[in-house]
Amino acid sequence: MTLWFVFALMTVAAIFAVLWPLSRSGRTDGGGSEVVVYRDQLTEIDRDMAGGIIGAAEADAARIEISRRLLAAADQSGREGPPKGSLGLRRAAATLALVGLPVIAASFYLILGSPQLGDFPLSERSRVADANQPLTNLVAQVEAHLEKNPTDGRGWTVLAPVLSRLGRYDDAVRAYRNAITYAGDSADRRADLGEALLGTSGGVVTAEAKAEFERAVALNADDAKANYFLGLAAEQDGRKPDAAAIWQKMLAKAPADAPWRPLVQAALVRVGGVSAPALPDGAVAVAKDMSEADRGSMIQGMVDRLATRLKQNGDDVEGWLRLVRAYLVMGERDKAISARADARQAVANDAERLRQLNEGLKTLGLDG
Amino acid sequence: MIAESGHYALVLALGLALIQSVVPLLGARWRDAALMNVARSAALAQLLFVAASFAALVTLHVTSDFSVVNVYENSHSLKPLIYKITGVWGNHEGSMLLWVSILALFGGLVAAFGNNLPLSLRAHVLAVQAWVASAFYLFILITSNPFLRIANPPIEGRDLNPVLQDIGLAVHPPMLYLGYVGFSISFSFAVAALLEGRIDAAWARWVRPWTLMAWIFLTLGIAMGSYWAYYELGWGGWWFWDPVENASLMPWLAGTALLHSALVMEKRNALKVWTVLLSILTFSLSLLGTFLVRSGVLTSVHAFATDPTRGVFILLILFVFIGGSLSLYAWRAPALKQGGLFAPISREGALVLNNLLLTVACATVFIGTLYPLALEVLTGEKISVGAPFFNFTFAPLFVPLLIAVPFGPLLAWKRGDLLGAAQRLLAAGIAALVAIALVWAWTYGGATLAPLAIGLAVFVIMGALCDLAERVGLFRIPLSISLRRARGLPRATWGTIFAHAGLGVALIGIVCETTWNSEYIGAMKPNDVAKVAGYELRLDGLTPRQGPNFREMLAQFTVRRDGQDVSVMTPSKRNFTTRGASTTEAALLTCGASQLYISLGDTSADGAIAVRIYHKPLVLMIWWGPVLMAFGGLLSLSDRRLRVGAPKPAKAARALQAAE
Repeated sequence: MTLWFVFALMTVAAIFAVLWPLSRSGRTDGGGSEVVVYRDQLTEIDRDMAGGIIGAAEADAARIEISRRLLAAADQSGREGPPKGSLGLRRAAATLALVGLPVIAASFYLILGSPQLGDFPLSERSRVADANQPLTNLVAQVEAHLEKNPTDGRGWTVLAPVLSRLGRYDDAVRAYRNAITYAGDSADRRADLGEALLGTSGGVVTAEAKAEFERAVALNADDAKANYFLGLAAEQDGRKPDAAAIWQKMLAKAPADAPWRPLVQAALVRVGGVSAPALPDGAVAVAKDMSEADRGSMIQGMVDRLATRLKQNGDDVEGWLRLVRAYLVMGERDKAISARADARQAVANDAERLRQLNEGLKTLGLDG
Repeated sequence: MIAESGHYALVLALGLALIQSVVPLLGARWRDAALMNVARSAALAQLLFVAASFAALVTLHVTSDFSVVNVYENSHSLKPLIYKITGVWGNHEGSMLLWVSILALFGGLVAAFGNNLPLSLRAHVLAVQAWVASAFYLFILITSNPFLRIANPPIEGRDLNPVLQDIGLAVHPPMLYLGYVGFSISFSFAVAALLEGRIDAAWARWVRPWTLMAWIFLTLGIAMGSYWAYYELGWGGWWFWDPVENASLMPWLAGTALLHSALVMEKRNALKVWTVLLSILTFSLSLLGTFLVRSGVLTSVHAFATDPTRGVFILLILFVFIGGSLSLYAWRAPALKQGGLFAPISREGALVLNNLLLTVACATVFIGTLYPLALEVLTGEKISVGAPFFNFTFAPLFVPLLIAVPFGPLLAWKRGDLLGAAQRLLAAGIAALVAIALVWAWTYGGATLAPLAIGLAVFVIMGALCDLAERVGLFRIPLSISLRRARGLPRATWGTIFAHAGLGVALIGIVCETTWNSEYIGAMKPNDVAKVAGYELRLDGLTPRQGPNFREMLAQFTVRRDGQDVSVMTPSKRNFTTRGASTTEAALLTCGASQLYISLGDTSADGAIAVRIYHKPLVLMIWWGPVLMAFGGLLSLSDRRLRVGAPKPAKAARALQAAE
């Protein structure tokens, strides 16, 4: 309610600003005029001459010129005559202010504004501030503690993932190394160390990081994180078949409800091993953070979009193959078969495309 | 409530601007004083509401209200207070709000202090000002609204681009905008004159303070931006002919031309039509600069965001205002009365030459900036027009300009005496030749052109001093009288002397920095020593440090010269977690006008760090020059006297110089 009251006050102030000069119709200031400027210039010449800045001859020439301008200006203002008043126009302007201003303001504000929302300054959301502020303090405390007791393996183990999450990868690498030195080697720590190294190199699996993942796998052959990144290393080296092999092996061994399953499947598609419909790279990153249901619906949505697009424009052989493969991976064999029929119909007029399509279908095991 | 009130204030400002753009014009048409006076109170109220809106946005940034999209996207709760405030205009929406705030400020100033203006001229000026303002309010509200909200506010913001987290952001954009937008006043005056169909010397008197103020701010804004780029971007360059820099240089060149042609108009009632055109062009170039930077046509550190609707909207504004004002000019300019006559060799003639060279220089920058864009739009071919193009086109234009600069003030109005002026500049010429000889002998075998350029700079500076000596009659009359005369000189004359000397000072800096810059680039480990230009720099060590919203790696260098410790320099590399970006903080050591400059690169696996060390001789003069120019402008601005250009009578003997 206060908000609307403030708005009303502001509107009244704005209207008043327009009405005020209209009400002062009687006495008006005429404003300045050119005549004043030229008169001042004439006095200026006298002052300059008195100060010895210009000579008498020049002063005379200047006086003649300015007098000429002065006459012209006086002539002009004489012709225009004094200002008049026009009551009708003033009434119209007043109406414009009284009606137009509120209407313009309200129509713009009601479309764009969010009057239902209050302010949310950070200080009032203290719960959040408390949860946020101590984290950095806490980290600083633990770091100070570890500076004095650098052999505290448990401390390093606690600190390392926090640093990683804060994006301080260099420090996280050091912390993981110390954790391994003082709290013992393990596949998990090696894999985490490798991941932190990945952070420092901006996502590239360097030789150093790869060595850590290999050590992790040596300690525990089934360590999911290490295996995944080894696959990624192979992919980044351009050895896509190797990457696919590593990831396929992971999927084969993994329990059905492993949380990382979709991520690996998506990666597998990227390198062209079998598996789920291809996702653009950005989408994979998004998919990582999604719940299982969300991810399913996202994939479904992409497949549907692909199908719609192909219905409108059926020339895209690659697209048809991707759609068929997607249906196969999602376990919808019927749809895959009907998509195959649509595809053949769509490219029937083009022998070259039809040949490509049939070859592709053969590799998917869906020819005939 | 703060956010919504700020939003509503902005909407009200739009409403007021719309009324202000119509009612005063009707008043002027029917000569109704009350209607014309609406412009004044509406402009003041508009200023009030925009200021409230801007204050609201600042408050939201300071209190980290992340329910506002703009705050969420550009702020962070841990950012130091000063960057929370400067972050308001460190993004597209906020910077546009700053733009209109300054526009409203200038409108308000005209309304408050324009008592000496004829009523109808003031009404016209404020109405035109309101047209511009309305267009930009609409632009802000529709395409770049800083007050949009998020219903479920996130807990933390995305932080400001780390490069912008610097004191430079507190100074550079407001200065530059004061310059850009300040030229809107001369634009409004020009359009008002065209609408009224009447223009005279008094007009130039009234526009002078506004043009001068805009020019001072633009000069300082450009210089500040250049210095900021120099120390923050880490490559030690101070001008890159980047399209965004060019976008600010173009209005400066046109504005400088305007300043000089308005002088002719005020004093001699000549060049009126040309001055009106320059006023229109200067502000058009400011608008073009805004378009180039804000539309995302150019990608650079200035383009905060790219959005096609914004580009189209600004293009539309550009089209309406530039196209409209030029059409109006084509239609009405022939009706304006021509003014005074003058001989080619005269003060007026010199100023025309100045205008010619400046506008051609401006045109070359314009072509160099827009040609690649046009080519890309038309053919899809990408080319870049870089420093070589500008160096080759700019130098031939600026050399004659600089040679002519000392002559201008020494010529008399209406008909001048070139030979006489040359005689009076003899001392400056001799000083220049001596300087060339000295520099050439000292750097024997080095660059050939550099000594000549230094000589030119000395000529410009000494020329300004000769002008002063001539005016006070130094050595011709007793010193005490000369001193008294110097005190009596109009401040505008002092302004001219300072501004022209500043040009020479900047040129010395530019030549020295580009010619005798020495550098060391290499990887250094702790206790390594690098030798640059007689200095020995030892890397003492690297230490990590935690800043408020960043971590930094601090390198400490001990600087020695001739076996003596001179100073300690600590460049650093900062890592900003929220944006995952890093910046280099260069360390600068100033000795006189020269600087040592260290910037850090990446660390390699063996603990060495890449280091770039530059010794830049007399580099600071590059920025002292513009500061001198701005100071000259300020002196001239503070000169409240009226200016008269007393013409030299046809047969008068050699008399004293005309008043400046």
